[in-house]
Amino acid sequence: MNPQSDDEIVIECREAGFAVNGGRELVRSLNLEVRRGETLILLGRSGSGKTTTLKLINRLLDPTSGEVLVEGRATTAWDPIRLRRHIGYVIQEVGLFPHMTVARNVGIVPELEDWEEKRVQARVQELLRMVGLEPDEFAGRRPRELSGGQRQRVGVARALAADPPILLMDEPFGALDPVTRSELQQEFRQLATRLARTIVFVTHDVREALLLGTRIALLAEGRLVAVQTPQEFLRANDPEVRRFVASLGPLQTEG
Amino acid sequence: MNVFEYMNQNRGEVLELTLQHLGMVAVALLLAVLIGIPLGIMLTRRRSLQQWVLGAANVIQTVPSLALFGFLIPVPLLGVGPRTAIVALTLYALLPIIRNTYVGIAQVEPAVIEVARGMGMTGGQILWLVEVPLSLPVILAGIRVATVIAIGTATIAAAIGAGGLGEYIYRGVAGPKNYLLLAGALPAALMAVIADASLGWAEHRLRSR
Repeated sequence: MNPQSDDEIVIECREAGFAVNGGRELVRSLNLEVRRGETLILLGRSGSGKTTTLKLINRLLDPTSGEVLVEGRATTAWDPIRLRRHIGYVIQEVGLFPHMTVARNVGIVPELEDWEEKRVQARVQELLRMVGLEPDEFAGRRPRELSGGQRQRVGVARALAADPPILLMDEPFGALDPVTRSELQQEFRQLATRLARTIVFVTHDVREALLLGTRIALLAEGRLVAVQTPQEFLRANDPEVRRFVASLGPLQTEG
Repeated sequence: MNVFEYMNQNRGEVLELTLQHLGMVAVALLLAVLIGIPLGIMLTRRRSLQQWVLGAANVIQTVPSLALFGFLIPVPLLGVGPRTAIVALTLYALLPIIRNTYVGIAQVEPAVIEVARGMGMTGGQILWLVEVPLSLPVILAGIRVATVIAIGTATIAAAIGAGGLGEYIYRGVAGPKNYLLLAGALPAALMAVIADASLGWAEHRLRSR
C-alpha cells in the first residue's frame, strides 16, 4: 500500500477492530484503504473476518477499536441511515424481499428516498435491462419465481438503484451453480468497469478474487495478511497466500 | 317443539340475539387486535418482557370463563351487561394474537432483516415494509383462533346479562328444553364455522402470495 497515492481514498480502516461481547476479536487492528473506482476483494477462509469487515463499512457493526472512514468521515459520525443509502449492499440470494415483486425489490431504495413514482419505474426498467432481465417478463414476478442466477441479478440491480458510489458485495455468487456463477462473474466484470463504482467484494473463492479484483486483501483469523494486485498475489511468498494459490490446482499456478 | 319451527316462529328474536352475539365478538376482537398486535411487536423488541406478557396472557386463558365474567362485574364502569362481556372476551382473545404476532415476526429470516438494515431502512420501515407483511399469515392465524374462541365463549355472556345466543342456551338448560339449547347452539356453531373457514381462506391467500 502506498499512502502517498494520488488516488482518492473512499474507504479507510484505521486500526479497526471488532470484538464480540465475550471479547473474541473477529477483526484485529485492520489497516486498509479502498480507492475510488477499484474493486477490492476481501478474500479469506470462513471466519477470517471478511463479512465483519464489510459490516464495519456500512455500519451494521461499529468498530470496538480504531475507526473506519467512509469518504473521509468516521462511520460513527455518519447517520447510519444516510450512510447505508449511500452504499449498495448485495448478499447471497436470501436477500430479496420474498413478498415484493421484482420491480418493487429493485425500486425500494428510491422509494424510501421519496423519488417520484414515474422516476422509480423508469429506473427499475433501466436497471433490469442492465442486468439482463427483460422488464416486461420479470418486473411482476416474485423472487421465488426466479432461478438463483436471476435472483442474484435482481440483487445487483437493487443495490445499484439509487446510484450509490460504493457497493458492498458479500459472496453474491456463492450460492450459484458453477456455470451460472461463471456467467455472472463475467458480466459483473464488464458492469464494474462500465459503472466505475468503488466496490468491496467478499469471497472465499480465489478464482473469483483473481478474476474480479483490482486488488486482493487476504484476511486470516481477523488480520490482514496482504493487499496485492492479482498478479502480485500469484507470485507472493506469504504462506497463507501460497495456500490459497495452491488451492487453484496445478493448471492455474503455471500461469 | 322442533328447533327449526321455534327459530322460524321467533325469527326476530333469533336475529337480535345473533347480532348481539356478533357485536360483542366483533368489538372484543377489534380491541384484542389493537392491543395484542402492538404488544406482540413490542415483545420482539424487548424479549426480556416475553415471559411476563405471555405468562400473564396464559394465566388469563386458564381462568374459567364464567369465573372471569364474575370477577369483572365489580370492576368500576363494567358491572352487569355487555361491557363486562366485551372486556372478558378481549382478555381471552389476547393470548393467541400476542403470541402469533411475536412468533410471526421472530421467524422472519434474519438475513432479510439484515439486508433491509443494510440498504438503509429505518426501524419503522423494517417493521411495516418487511416484518409485518412477512408475518401477516401467522398473525392472521392467531386472529382466527381468537375469533373461534370468542364466538364460543360469548355464549356465557348471557349469564351476566349481556345477551347474545347464550340466552337460549341458559333457558334451554333451565327448561330443560332441547330445542332452546339448539336455538342458541346451532347459530353460534355456524358462526364459528363460517368465521374459521373465511379467515382460513384469507390466511391461505396470504401464504400463497
